[in-house]
Formats: sequence, C-alpha cells, structure tokens
Amino acid sequence: MNKSELIEALAQEINIPHREASAITTTIIETMTEALARGESIEIRGFGSFIIKKYNSYEGRNPKTGKKILVKPKKLPFFKVGKDLREKVNANKK
Amino acid sequence: MALTKADLVQQVYKHHEGLTKTQATDSVEAFLRISKDSLISGSDLLLSGFGKFNVKDKNSRRGRNPQTGAELTLDARRVVTFKPSGILRDKINAS
Repeated sequence: MNKSELIEALAQEINIPHREASAITTTIIETMTEALARGESIEIRGFGSFIIKKYNSYEGRNPKTGKKILVKPKKLPFFKVGKDLREKVNANKK
Repeated sequence: MALTKADLVQQVYKHHEGLTKTQATDSVEAFLRISKDSLISGSDLLLSGFGKFNVKDKNSRRGRNPQTGAELTLDARRVVTFKPSGILRDKINAS
C-alpha cells in the first residue's frame, strides 16, 4: 500500500473528502518527521516506536575500493514494532 | 518526551479547523488502523518522504539462549522492518 492508497482508504473509512484525508495524512507524517528531526522518539501503542540512534564519526572503508574514509557523525531512526502489531503480523506467517 | 498518539491528535485538530476533537481522534485512529491492516495482510506500506515498512518472512533457524548457551530452534516468523526514506534521513541530520 502506498500513500495515495492509504489516503483513499482513510477518506472512505471515516467518510471525509479525499482532499481532507490527504491533508490529515500530511499533518500526521510531518508531525512524526519533525519529532524525529528534533531527536525526539515516537511511541504509538499497538503500532510501534521510533528512536534516534546517534553515531560518532568513525573510520570506515569504501567496500568497493577498500579505500579508507572518514564517516561523519550521523543520526538514524530505528523502528521497533509494537507487541500487538508484531503478534498479528506473525499470525499470518507462511 | 516521546511523541504519542495524543500529540498526533492534537496536531491534526490544530491544523484542520473544520474538525472536531472527536473527528481528529477518529482520523488518527483510522490512519493507524489502515496502516496496521496493510502490514497484517502481508503488504508493505510505503509512505513516500517518510519511509517504507516491509513485511518479511524469516526461515526457522537454530539459535542459542545467550544466557545459558543452550541450543534451541527458533521458529519461522513474519516480521515488520522499517527503512527510512532519504528525505527523512536528511531532515534528521540537518539539525
């Protein structure tokens, strides 16, 4: 499912115009993005949580050439699936 | 302080003047329910500009209890993984 399919499903599910569903989706995604950009975590019960991990600068190698390079400090978001969603997804395993 | 569902509802309410608090709550709940249902049914969820949630089937494998060292078999399972979009990564590292 992609964003436009989600918007369409949202519009139908709560019976609002497509335009409104699209704006709400944007607000939700932007709110989450801004929280992560501030370094804040996100916790949505039943769905999952996001945390930001910070990495210091380190010396790495270009895996293609083997050349040493300095990797700059960086932050990356990690998602941990919530218990309810994890169990429901796993219940449909092959 | 972590961002919660209540914060999402608050932001939707604030940015959409036509919505009552109840409608804002319903829309956030519906957004999450639709997202979850997609993953539960086994379909990936792609939120462009944010990231992609993948559903992956893992084979069973032999593992060890790290505390006791005892060998055990881990059953096959289905998991959700998340890959952040380049846009999200850039925004997180801009500050």
